Amino acid sequence: MNKNSSLRMKLYASPHIVWSAIFIVVPLIMVAYYSFTNADGAFSLENIYRLSDYTTTFLRSLWYGIIATIICFILAYPIAYIISQSKLRIQTTMIMLAMIPMWMNFLIRTYAWMNILEDSGVINKILTTIGLEPVHMINTPGAVILGMVYNFLPYMILPIYSVMTKLDKNLVEAAQDLGAGKVSVFAKVVFPMSVPGIVSGITMVFVPSVSTFYISQKLGGGTFALIGDVIEMQFQISNNFHFGAALSLVLMILILICMAFMNRFSSNEDVGGGMVI
Amino acid sequence: MKNNPVVINLKDVSIKLGGNQILENLNLSIRDKEFITLLGPSGCGKTTTLRLIAGFLEPDSGDILFSDKSVTNVPPHKRQVNTIFQRYALFPNLNVYENIAFGLRLKKIKDSEIRTKVKEMLDLVNLKGFERRTVDSLSGGQQQRVAIARALAVDPKVLLLDEPLGALDLKLRKDMQVELKNIQQRLGITFIYVTHDQEEALSMSDTIVVMDGGDIQQIGTPEEIYNEPNNAFVADFIGESNILDGNMLADYKCKFSGAEFECLDKGFDDGEAVDIVVRPEDVDIVPVEKGMLTGVVTSVTFKGVHFEIIVDIGGFKWMIQTTDYEAVGSKIGLFIEPDAIHIMKKSKYSGMFGDYSSFSDEIEHLSDIVEEE
Amino acid sequence: MKKTHPLGKIYAFLIMAFMYIPILIIAVYSFNSSNSTGILTGFSLKWYGELFKDKATLEACYNTIVLAITSAVTATVVGTVAALGIDKMKKSWRRSLLMTITDIPMMNPEIVTGVSMMLLFVFIGTFLKINGILGFWTLFIAHVTFSLPYVILNILPKLSQTNPNLAEAAMDLGCTPGKAVRKVILPAIRPGIVSGFIMAFTLSLDDFIISYFVSGPKFQTLPIRIYSMTKKRVTPDMYALSTIIFVIILIMLIIINMRGLKGNSKAKGRAKA
Repeated sequence: MNKNSSLRMKLYASPHIVWSAIFIVVPLIMVAYYSFTNADGAFSLENIYRLSDYTTTFLRSLWYGIIATIICFILAYPIAYIISQSKLRIQTTMIMLAMIPMWMNFLIRTYAWMNILEDSGVINKILTTIGLEPVHMINTPGAVILGMVYNFLPYMILPIYSVMTKLDKNLVEAAQDLGAGKVSVFAKVVFPMSVPGIVSGITMVFVPSVSTFYISQKLGGGTFALIGDVIEMQFQISNNFHFGAALSLVLMILILICMAFMNRFSSNEDVGGGMVI
Repeated sequence: MKNNPVVINLKDVSIKLGGNQILENLNLSIRDKEFITLLGPSGCGKTTTLRLIAGFLEPDSGDILFSDKSVTNVPPHKRQVNTIFQRYALFPNLNVYENIAFGLRLKKIKDSEIRTKVKEMLDLVNLKGFERRTVDSLSGGQQQRVAIARALAVDPKVLLLDEPLGALDLKLRKDMQVELKNIQQRLGITFIYVTHDQEEALSMSDTIVVMDGGDIQQIGTPEEIYNEPNNAFVADFIGESNILDGNMLADYKCKFSGAEFECLDKGFDDGEAVDIVVRPEDVDIVPVEKGMLTGVVTSVTFKGVHFEIIVDIGGFKWMIQTTDYEAVGSKIGLFIEPDAIHIMKKSKYSGMFGDYSSFSDEIEHLSDIVEEE
Repeated sequence: MKKTHPLGKIYAFLIMAFMYIPILIIAVYSFNSSNSTGILTGFSLKWYGELFKDKATLEACYNTIVLAITSAVTATVVGTVAALGIDKMKKSWRRSLLMTITDIPMMNPEIVTGVSMMLLFVFIGTFLKINGILGFWTLFIAHVTFSLPYVILNILPKLSQTNPNLAEAAMDLGCTPGKAVRKVILPAIRPGIVSGFIMAFTLSLDDFIISYFVSGPKFQTLPIRIYSMTKKRVTPDMYALSTIIFVIILIMLIIINMRGLKGNSKAKGRAKA
């Protein structure tokens, strides 16, 4: 292609550039703007000072997010491995089965769990029918974390599965050839090679878990708030956009830090991984 | 070579893959320090044979012996053979040093020894100072060298090479051929080499195993394979050849293209139909009146070292390689020495290869593809 | 491929049970005659009947589909054109900056994306003195914005796999640059465009969090309708609706998968021959 036409091709990106500038960049600037102004539009740090009241909420959100992510990883890794090792037909069916629940609206799925966990819900009914004491489950941290794990588990399974299927079978054979048994092949080839999938699985579970508000409303019953709940409240109930913006800004920065940390970890794995093992 | 002990023995090995019978009752013995090449077109079973020896495949029946001990059910990581994979299969998450150290670490060898060994291997493959490089930053030829170093680091008795030079360009390939042969001779280990490139096989091997359709067609030294092919397939696959229908009249006397010739072969029935091979470089061009056969030149191609001339003799197009130019349309005589004529028994390949009437490598390939579709 | 270990099979079964039991419970309650979501009283199609009497929910369904189609088409067009342009950009800080910005809606927590767009719209609203700016158009803009990265990321790899000489060959044979794009490049990247569109469409159908912040009372989508209903006790007609949607999607997936399998066996046949 000559210079002229490739120059013209580059211009194809311009509608998207304009769109992104107006609807991605400007809104983020708005978040920052609202964070540092008060209701009169004057510069103010009061929103920032007020954030410290919510330190426990932030920490709780992070903590629940981390636990849900770890549980998702523990559950998802073996299943992704099992699926990737089975016959092709079974693979497509299993992956479809793992994806289908995502097609049920997540509000309804969460609501279904409410029905299951309630004091008079499905589980307790079964327990009382067989003569056991009912267990209080709803409105506990456990119920909220269960809701996170349930809703976001497919996001952990899929990326891990997809790196595992892309794993070059020759590498496994090469390791066997050099004397690696089943355990060594897993520890030295399969696992290190699946790290990129794990990293993207972790971000895909962690980010929505940390920022959720619906799950905590329904399964936590409002007994404790997560950061998403507080933000939602500022915008939909107390109409304090400025403080809501400040909370969003901090949430975004926190998640950015977490992701930068993850990425560093994974790229380290790429470069110097040999020395670690 | 012929007196070296046998290190690997395949006995009546059969295997089916995806419902296709790939190998049936294959027998093959490989001697110590031998450079043996499995040569054949794709789908002939050469790679399958290699993977059986490596242990990535198990035979449906038959036995595989390493120094008289059966290893048929031994998993690959417990076999004393190592493989160079077609596309190298270097571990992308490890650097050059760790790739080479991989097998040594599994053997729980001390760090200091590993360091010495890796250094020694890098020297061997001319990659000094590449320890810390990532695999992705290497060129194809360098990756190939790392793969060789990695396999040799664990001191295998036998090295298996699956078309190792297939991904390299021609020049690099020639260099690596020489280098591989040197490494093999220096270390004195057995190489089992798989390729479909007959020139590569001829120039590197002590022994060539020509395979087709899951069967061994011929085993022999490069000279034997070239000069005394067993059947029309081997004659056609290795080098250029004019393959003609003929008859043995008596011992040392045969007939083809309407003329009688002296030859060096005997032991056939009188009048037996045979395949006759005459290599293009073994035919001399002489004046018409002195020729044992006469024909008309239909095409001439300059090849650098020689001309490639196609001559029509009684409707059969011969290929002749000569340093003398002959114009298209001129009538020439051909002279063939007795030792240039090689007689083969009729086989299932007889009559399959025809003459050079539509000679063009490209056209041959094209027609193959069309048939495959 | 090896056979899965029996323990592995049990494990896979348990995980699948975990994922499907809530869905099964929804389906069971949707056929329950009682209007409590707790007690099973008997089989009934009453809630399916109720569902079709509920005007607001039906309207929300209609809105959701209109929004999904319009936003997905727009995102696919803008995204495809953008991908063509980005593909031609050299690897430089400009390109990586653009890609980073493009990816923001994908990486950012949805609540932050929703809140930030809401702030923009509200700001514009007060600036231009428009009352109730939140409605179809704000939802449309938001849905296009969060769909764009998925469309672009589906198409870019297809473009880089395309032989760079393809367009040149077309022009060599007499195509104008524009025609070369239409006749040669677009067909080559069609699978990417199609999967980008499908992703944009389904993301839009399913989105709740971002929509929640940029929608107003005039224009409700189904997830928002479900949300407002789950604020109170849910009546089982929501379960009936979820079951219907689930079954439709299940059937669609099965059809797509069967076609995929057919295509596979065809490809296999070709490879063998």
